[in-house]
Amino acid sequence: MAFDEMHTEGGAVRSAYAGVASWLETVSADQLARRRAEAELLYRRGGITFSVYGDTQGGERIIPHDLLPRILSAAEWSRLAAGLEQRVRALNMYLTDIYGPQETLKAGIVPPDLVWRNPAFRPEMMGFKVPHGIYVHIAGIDVVRVDGDDFYVLEDNARTPSGVSYMLGGREISMRLMPDLLASHRVAPIENYPNELLAVLCSVAPRDRSEPTVVLLTPGQFNSAYYEHSYLADRMGVEPVEGRDLFVQNDVVFMRTTKGPRRVDVIYRRIDDDFLDSLVFRPDSLLGVPGLFAAYTAGNVTLANALGTGVADDKDIYSYMPEITRFLLGEEPILKNVPTWRCREPEALAYVCEHLPELVVKRVDGSGGYGMLVGPHATVAERAAFKVMLQANPERYIAQPTLALSTCPTFVESGVAPRHVDLRPFVLTGRHGVRIVPGGLTRVALRENSLVVNSSQGGGTKDTWVVER
Amino acid sequence: MRIAIQHRTQYSYDTPARSIIQMLRLTPRSHEGQTVHRWHVEVDQDADLRAGEDAFGNIMHVLSLPGPVDSLTLSLHGEVETAGADGIVRGTVERFPPRLFLRETPLTGVNPDLRAYADAVVRGATGTLDRLHALMNAIRADIAFDTSPTNVTTTAAEAFTLKRGVCQDLTHVFIACARDAGIPARYIGGHLYRSDGAILQEAGHAWAEAYVEELGWVGFDPANGVCVTDSYVRVSAGLDYLGAAPVRGTRMGGTSERMSVDVRVNQASFQSQS
Repeated sequence: MAFDEMHTEGGAVRSAYAGVASWLETVSADQLARRRAEAELLYRRGGITFSVYGDTQGGERIIPHDLLPRILSAAEWSRLAAGLEQRVRALNMYLTDIYGPQETLKAGIVPPDLVWRNPAFRPEMMGFKVPHGIYVHIAGIDVVRVDGDDFYVLEDNARTPSGVSYMLGGREISMRLMPDLLASHRVAPIENYPNELLAVLCSVAPRDRSEPTVVLLTPGQFNSAYYEHSYLADRMGVEPVEGRDLFVQNDVVFMRTTKGPRRVDVIYRRIDDDFLDSLVFRPDSLLGVPGLFAAYTAGNVTLANALGTGVADDKDIYSYMPEITRFLLGEEPILKNVPTWRCREPEALAYVCEHLPELVVKRVDGSGGYGMLVGPHATVAERAAFKVMLQANPERYIAQPTLALSTCPTFVESGVAPRHVDLRPFVLTGRHGVRIVPGGLTRVALRENSLVVNSSQGGGTKDTWVVER
Repeated sequence: MRIAIQHRTQYSYDTPARSIIQMLRLTPRSHEGQTVHRWHVEVDQDADLRAGEDAFGNIMHVLSLPGPVDSLTLSLHGEVETAGADGIVRGTVERFPPRLFLRETPLTGVNPDLRAYADAVVRGATGTLDRLHALMNAIRADIAFDTSPTNVTTTAAEAFTLKRGVCQDLTHVFIACARDAGIPARYIGGHLYRSDGAILQEAGHAWAEAYVEELGWVGFDPANGVCVTDSYVRVSAGLDYLGAAPVRGTRMGGTSERMSVDVRVNQASFQSQS
């Protein structure tokens, strides 16, 4: 039985949800239906869309937004925030170590091949001191609950995590369509996220300039997250640029402007490592800026996030994070890790093959819910086919128990019903430390019994309220 | 052997390029059995040429040239003293443990056919060195030297399917097979003094180095079926061609690029010592 965030086992309403419960009693089904229709219209007008890969219909579709907020108490949040801050500090420390002294390898904490043979490891970053010692400026840490006590980290996202525009858009919808419910709670603000992000980016500029020039580098309008790129650039008041808008001269990056070239100090890049510089990485990339890597290592521009951060966030390294935290920080991990079987270990593989019906198996380098098997929901044939792939390349997979993700009340056809949720808070790290806006993006599996919250797999979003007593 | 190398690359454009940026790995380092006596890299334009090192310790220059550019000539000349003929490479800059060179790259991946081939070739051999010799000889026998069907983006698996290629392709096939057999291997760019007296060459040479536990890095030239000798001048090392390429560059604007390369590798006459 999954943990119900609104109700106790006895059916009583938990105190954090008291306001939601009494509000639900006062509104009629018709009123609710009208608000939901308005919400969809707002999203369409606002242009918040998301391309789904492999969708034969093509183009973009709207991620459904559920109007009922997910509520976290201030006490729950402060515990979670402390854990997130520690987790991201550990990620940064680990990257500093891997591209530096490699004490974690020498001490046997992490098997060396997880670094040397990891496609996300960038030999080019070895020995380079990133500006202000920060690799991961923007992290999205996916967490889930299975009971009232603990948060578990499901996945670290330390490359170019997306989704923050849905978090901000969700709050705008709440303000427009749920003003009565919002007004009856003291909800911690999140609207300052773009300002916090800009402050973090400015703080890591390579040179002492009072007003560094920051740009957001996007692959362009055909990228599935382009809406978010232009939205964030607009809210921060910085230029959204594509590779062709920038050039490098004598190891310095410039932006073409109508008033002539302008020096660029910080690049918030939403382009993958491989595509950033055709002189060093993929030679066929037209998305990046030739010479950018040389400018970066010369210390003339800061990239956020740094290159090579993927060596810290794949699902294999994930299973070592508790040990890494103890070893590098000397602290006990605050957030729990989900028990993980590493299929490259023969004993683990044997166990996983025998217990497929009860496990979730994921690709080490996968994301977006692609290439995974949810054992309990798969057919016998699907499990058999997956097992063949697993045994052919066991090193590409990890397995975890099927977690009974917590549920939140959600609008469904028949009214309001519990649906499984996760949470992606966004953690910012700058020269002056870690900043987290309270809450994050709650993703909800809209299909009954579904545990897959990815928007590409029929998931929706919810506004997340951190509520002060 | 004292080897003199002259290398000239000329670019020209019908309409001038607005700017050019290139990353050059053209300068050898000294190590045991290879002493660089003199080496010059020159550009005929007022370009910014910044020297540095890449991740693997190769000497690198970043050339940036604001336009308009209607032609560019890049020339280098130098002399290198070489010694030793046992194929073992010692005293090179090593920033990474050999196992890093088990990484698969897009150019050096194996497909099922290539994997089956590699398995069959190394099966009878005992010991790492024997397996590597078997691989080198098999690749030289089975892949014909042919400059026409491949280019710098051809992968090991593609060249293997074609059974044709240039030294770069044979080297990629060798590296892919060696790594698949669990032997660290890497790509080397450089120059070869040819015993047949062909001084004028159209390009540099490429070969591989593989790691043998008891010996260290050993150079294998699958295009010629030999381990490296004092006829080889080692310039750059990388995971594949892209990591060791002599020139990687791009330009803004400019049309109809024409490029000509002229490489001369000869024995230096001792009188010309400067």
